[in-house]
Amino acid sequence: MSSASSPMAPPRSFIWSRRIFLTLLAGFVLVPVYVMLSSSLKPLSDVTGKFRWLPSGLTIRPYIDIWSTVPLAKYFMNSLIVSVAATLCSVVIAVFAAYAVSRYEFRGKRVFTVTVLSTQMFPGILFLLPLFLLYVNIGNATGIALFGSRGGLILTYLTFSLPFSIWMLIGYFDSVPRDLDEAALVDGCGPLGALLRVVVPAAIPGIVAVAVYAFMTAWGEVLFASVMTNDSTRTLAVGLQGYSTLNDVYWNQIMAASLVVSVPVVAGFLLLQRYLVAGLTAGAVK
Amino acid sequence: MRKNPSDPAAPGPRRRRGERIRRIGLPYLLLLPALILELLVHLVPMVIGIVMSFKELTQFYIRDWGTAPWTGFGNYKVSVDFSAPVGKSLLHSFFVTVAFTLLSVAFCWLLGTVTAIYMQDNFRGRGFLRALFLIPYALPVYAAVITWVFMFQHDNGLVNHVLHDQLHITGKPSFWLIGDNSFYALLIVHVWKGWPFAFLIVMAGLQNIPKELYEAASIDGAGMLQQIRRITLPSLRPVNQVLVLVLFLWTFNDFNTPYVLFGRAAPEAADLISVHIYQASFVTWNFGTGSAMSVLLLLFLLVVTGVYLVITSRGRRSADV
Repeated sequence: MSSASSPMAPPRSFIWSRRIFLTLLAGFVLVPVYVMLSSSLKPLSDVTGKFRWLPSGLTIRPYIDIWSTVPLAKYFMNSLIVSVAATLCSVVIAVFAAYAVSRYEFRGKRVFTVTVLSTQMFPGILFLLPLFLLYVNIGNATGIALFGSRGGLILTYLTFSLPFSIWMLIGYFDSVPRDLDEAALVDGCGPLGALLRVVVPAAIPGIVAVAVYAFMTAWGEVLFASVMTNDSTRTLAVGLQGYSTLNDVYWNQIMAASLVVSVPVVAGFLLLQRYLVAGLTAGAVK
Repeated sequence: MRKNPSDPAAPGPRRRRGERIRRIGLPYLLLLPALILELLVHLVPMVIGIVMSFKELTQFYIRDWGTAPWTGFGNYKVSVDFSAPVGKSLLHSFFVTVAFTLLSVAFCWLLGTVTAIYMQDNFRGRGFLRALFLIPYALPVYAAVITWVFMFQHDNGLVNHVLHDQLHITGKPSFWLIGDNSFYALLIVHVWKGWPFAFLIVMAGLQNIPKELYEAASIDGAGMLQQIRRITLPSLRPVNQVLVLVLFLWTFNDFNTPYVLFGRAAPEAADLISVHIYQASFVTWNFGTGSAMSVLLLLFLLVVTGVYLVITSRGRRSADV
């Protein structure tokens, strides 16, 4: 964001090719966003007949109807509870783990990092069914309902974002000077005090970035949500398909609902994206 | 003040020992939550999955899967018997996934890299464009993909309206979500959603290249393109090594995009392996075969990742010398 990275002014041909390229790309990126926004303000007849770029009339009816066509508010709450809880747990656990890897030498350190990272490689489909059986069996044995509950979904989602979060925070913590937490240790803080009072505040951008990532992961997941939820715990990922399985397809409502469920994440992401880039620059990409 | 180091009473031998144990134990304690959760949700189920792949696990045994009879390599034989329908369709799905993954990763990487390089230096509207380009990545998969489903509709979709009604390129409106076109539809949606991730990572990687390198190069008279070829791309190598691998694994295992785009029944031309296995397991209730297919998929990914890391790391080492 600072000054130009090459001191020489770029040649005109470069500037023109950049203009053309970025304009085309912006078009490609924006068309679906425009369709989502414009269709959500159209009357039903506009979305069942031939596609029209401009609505025949603007209406906010779809935004009112979405809440009654399917129990969207309930799905929204479920998604919110699951995503917030998964994010909080994931961030706290990742902070502890990354601190251990960044600040201590211990046996099995490499095995730990490699194992955790390699879980990213597993096809979700491989552990979907075993996990389902495991949750059912844990439920039968202990009475803790994991299958079909929000708890089970929280548990699953937080492990999805954990490997990447730990990986990114290790790099971020490494960039916080050790002198800082050693000074805190000398001042009488325990190791946890040093972590919470010195390292965490210095690594806030990285932690914010990780939280954004964890929230997006939980908010957008479809596969496990479609198998592991029931009527009362259904999340948006599954609930949104409710508009399309009815006899009529209310495309204007689908688009309105898509927009409503997207706004929180997109707004949050765009507000905090600079932290994500900063976090990636300091950590993962180094 | 507790920190007084000359305080004679504080560090007795007993206390010191306790501290040492604490010091050795502490990292493990800090790792424990992450470890337990990864074990519970990833590693234990994976082991169960491998066990299941050796069992004849059909709907009759699903209530009490421990009682399902062992079949040895039976499920694997069925999966790789390419002359029978099950194996044949798995092989087909595998090739579709390979082609899809190669194309998608190539486009995502290319778009991300070119855009990041174009936007490396400051110009008006750069911050705005950066935010705009990240929107597809930020959107929840289902909301984004469902919009594309609408755009690909036969009668009321935008794509046919533009191609057929406005530009008259196609003779009659095409079907995009069934038949052969579905492969391209899937590819476009996936690239649209995935390229900003590459953009994000490359952008972060570019910020770690020291400016002095560019300054020195331009003093030596190197032009823009030469600077990109000689400085930018080589400096991005370590970033690209990880980026391409991550893109590859995510694309190969992707379930969400095809599942929302096509529903439970993916068209043959876009029959990605994750959805294929999902269908093989949940539609036919044959979880043993489904598990065997998943294990084969994992083995394939392990081998590819291993080979990839060996090749790219060797290239990197010899380039450093």
